[in-house]
Order: sequence, then structure tokens, then C-alpha cells
Amino acid sequence: MAEPIVIAEGLHKSFGDTHALHGLDLSVPKGTVCGVLGPNGAGKTTAVRILATLSDPDAGHARIAGYDVVRDAAQVRARIGLAGQYAAVDEKLTGRGNLRMFARLSHLSRREAHRRADELLDRFSLMDAADRQVSGYSGGMRRRLDLITSLILRPDVLFLDEPTTGLDPRSRGQIWDSVRELVADGTTVLLTTQYLDEADQLADDIAVIDHGRVIATGTPDELKATIGDRLDVELEDPAALPAAATVLEALAGAEPTTTDDRLTVALPATGLRLADIVRELDRAGVAAADVRLRRPTLDEVFLRLTDQKEPVR
Amino acid sequence: MTALTSPLGRLRWTFTDGFTLIGRELGRLRNDPGELIVALIFPAVMVVLFGYVFGSAIQVPGGGDYREYLMPGLFAMVTFSALMGVMTRMAGDASRGVMDRFRSMPMARSAVPFGQTGADLLTGLLMLAIMVAAGLLVGWRPHHGLVPTTQAFLLMIVLRYALSWAGVYVGLAVKNDQIANALVPLFLPFTMLSNAFVPTGGMPGWLRFLADWNPVSALTAATRHLFGNPGAPSANAVWPLAHPVATVLLWSAALLVIFVPLSLRAYSRKGR
Repeated sequence: MAEPIVIAEGLHKSFGDTHALHGLDLSVPKGTVCGVLGPNGAGKTTAVRILATLSDPDAGHARIAGYDVVRDAAQVRARIGLAGQYAAVDEKLTGRGNLRMFARLSHLSRREAHRRADELLDRFSLMDAADRQVSGYSGGMRRRLDLITSLILRPDVLFLDEPTTGLDPRSRGQIWDSVRELVADGTTVLLTTQYLDEADQLADDIAVIDHGRVIATGTPDELKATIGDRLDVELEDPAALPAAATVLEALAGAEPTTTDDRLTVALPATGLRLADIVRELDRAGVAAADVRLRRPTLDEVFLRLTDQKEPVR
Repeated sequence: MTALTSPLGRLRWTFTDGFTLIGRELGRLRNDPGELIVALIFPAVMVVLFGYVFGSAIQVPGGGDYREYLMPGLFAMVTFSALMGVMTRMAGDASRGVMDRFRSMPMARSAVPFGQTGADLLTGLLMLAIMVAAGLLVGWRPHHGLVPTTQAFLLMIVLRYALSWAGVYVGLAVKNDQIANALVPLFLPFTMLSNAFVPTGGMPGWLRFLADWNPVSALTAATRHLFGNPGAPSANAVWPLAHPVATVLLWSAALLVIFVPLSLRAYSRKGR
């Protein structure tokens, strides 16, 4: 595994009585996408703000490419890009005007700034809208402009704080494509999101955080494996629900969740064969319309992980 | 990027970044001529409204043409608009995440406050020029020759620059463009509670006290004096009106001494 380029160790941050971060550890290998998942208020944005030098931790430390985010903030800023929940661009300027301004503020020469702006507009398909005022852009176009603005200096590490919140599926897909392209170029991406499918699509590794600390890490597959496969049963007759529930509980050793004519239960890691399950249901006289064995979704993993944790104060 | 580590390099980048931000302001004006048109209409409306509507019923103390009396007041109003303009711009950038983008970039920390105040100076000069043109159109004239006239304009520019620093600080403090926009309507009563539009002599005592000590009154009195326009304060006026030029310079110095360091600190301070 490549050496970590983003390292956070024991980060603490409080705002008054609220402990936003409570000993957060994070390590992102170079050239990978790390998805930071967590419910609202888990500390995702606070963590990103500390890593992007916008906020200092109360305790603990963090390094980007070997530079401390507090002591060597200037060096860190020269190596990072930040795209946030807002489209942090000037709405009164054109797309091209924004890119040129931010490029000049990144201390590119006038000529370089113009060239870089055109290059980015072209590559991320905003050239057609380059000379229109940003206030006339769609939500997706604004986010894309925000994203490419953070790429002006070809950052080693890109922080994306909920980059697709509030976007329609097509715009989300375009942002995802852009992120994949960047990763192919070698950029390391730290992505916070509350969309589990986004993390599933983009992230090599996932860190689930809740109440300001990491409660689970792993690849999406590893995380899914921790809660075992799911068994979905759909009944022909809803009246058979109690009987089916008894059968599934006996098989899985856990009470199934039920809705109308469906039952879902987590299976123990020991592994049950589909044939056995169907036979047991049949023996109990339950007519099943459909019986499916499937991997859990990241949503189920997430709910399971974040549900059982009591707030740590 | 290494240039940022030496003091001289930092100073250079402060200027370069400041100019880029001034360019941003010009770009905004170019893309949004509506703002410019509003800036053009505003003085015309004020001149007509006060010069001809209210002015027809106002007696200038010591005699003289009301529109000659009025124009220094309108110049002062334009000057004080720097406070609101810079405040809303800073708060807008802060609430839209643009400020965070600036802060996460390898820029000089002083560039944004200096750039914003410099940009305001430029738009302020433009607004003042428009107001002067409107004044000349309705018969206002400076009567004391080149030197006092130049002094009057310099006085307005110096105070405007100092006020724009107060605007930077307030904008960074409120951080929220909705709050900033809610503060803007306070501007009108603040400027009107002065000698800018009517003589303060007829106000009840406590109100007159506020109006006489309002810096808007000092600036208006100073430029009336320097332009040779009617309405110069009487000999027994309160100190700020008896020494209006000194008062404006003192206000400017005090605002700069207080708000330049405060603003620079507020900008560099790390938030949530």
C-alpha cells in the first residue's frame, strides 16, 4: 500500500459544549479516494476544515504530504484543493472570469492563468458556458466550476465536502466522472458524503465517523462483510407473515424486520444455502413469491454502525 | 510559493493579490451594468428628491441656494456608503464560502482586506464623480479655487478609505449576508440624522446633540467650508462643527488605527 499522504491523529475540536471531533484518526494512502461517511453533525466538515487549514484542532495533529496543517499552513495550502458544499465562486463573474481570478490569486502569471482557465473549462466541458455569468448556471454547472476552481494548482490532495449534495442524478454522475478522472491522474481525494452510493462508487477506502471519531474503516466490501448477507423473502399471502417470521428467526437466530408482505433478516456468517431456506419455508406451509440472498447495501452497514453507538461526550 | 515566506515577497503578493481583487470588482461591474445604472440613478433621485421636493420648503441658515447647501451632504452620504458596501461584500463572500476558498489558497493573508478596500476606493471615486456631475447639472459649484476644492475631495477620499476598513471588520464579524443586508436600511437614518439635508438648529436638543456629533455632519460642514457652499456652522457650534476638517481627519485616523489591525486579525483568525 502506498504511503499515507493525509494523516490525522487524535484530532479534538469543541465548539462550546459540542465536541465536534473526539479523537479522530485518519490515514489516506497517496492516489486513493477516501470516503468519509457520517450522519449530519458527525464531524465530517470540521475534520475537512482542519485538514484544509481553515480551523485549528484543540488537540492532536494532522499532516498533508508531511507538512503540519497548523505549523506549515502555507506549504499545505500550496498542495491542496478544497471544493465545498457551496459553489464558492463569484456569481457576478463569468465562469472564465472566476477561473482567471482564482488562478491569478494562486500566483500564476497572467498568461498561465488564462491558459489554465481554458484548459480546465475545456476538459470539464464548461467551455460552452465559459463567458456566461455564473448566476445563470445550473446547480450542477456551478458545482463543476467550483470543483475545477480547486484544481487550478493541480493539488496533490483534493478535499471534497459533500460535492453532490442537492444535485440531480445526471449532475452527480458528471461530478463522479470528473473525480474518477482526477484520481486516474494521481490526485488523492478525501470525500465526505452522506450518500452511501457515492462512497460505494468512488471510494477505495471508507471511514465511517460518528460523534467525532472513526467507528469503522475498510473497503466498501469489507464493511459490507462485517454485517453478513441479507435474506429477503417476499410472500404470496401477507397472512403467512407470522409463520414465515418464525421460520426465519429459527434459521438466522435473529428477528427479521417486516414490511407488508416482505421479511428481511441478516444471516450469520456461517452461511445458509438458499435451497435449505426454501425447504424450511415450504415445510412450514409458507408460499414465497421470491427468496433472495444478497450482499448488504452500504446503507444497511451505515445504519447498523451509527445506530448502536451512544453519544460520547 | 516560497516568495510568501519572506516579508518582501509577502508585501509584493499583497499588492498583486489586491490588484487581482480590484480587477474582480471591475469585472463584476462590467458583467452587471445594472449595478452601475443603479449607481447612476441613485444620485439623480437624491438630487431631485431633496433638491427640488424637500428643498422647496427648507430655509438655508444665513441664506443661499438649497441645492448648493445640499450637494456636500450628498457627497458625504456617498462617502459613508463605503461602510455598507464593503460590509455586504465581505459578508457575502464569507457566507458563500468564497472567503474560505481564499483562506485555503496560498495567498497573502492581508491581500483580501487590502484588495477589498482598494476596490471600494475605485468604485467610490466613480460614484463620487457621478454625484459631482449631478451637482454641476443642478447648479452646484465650488467657489474657493483649486486648492480648497482638492482638499475637500481628498478629505472625502481619506474618510471613505478609513470607513471601508470598518466595513471589512463588520462584514467579517457578521459573516452572514442576510444579517448584513438587514443592517443596510439603518444607513439612511444614520446619514439623515445630521446637517447633511437640513440645518440641525430646528431639532429638539437631544436630537441636535446626536446630529451635531455625527461624523456625517463634520464631513458635510468641512466640505461646505472648503467648497464655499452655504450653511457654514455658526461660531458657537459644538467643537466638531467648529473644527470640521480636523474632526474628519481625527475620525479617519481613529478608524484606521482601530479597524486595520482588527480586520487583519479577524481575517486571519481561524473560524469553525
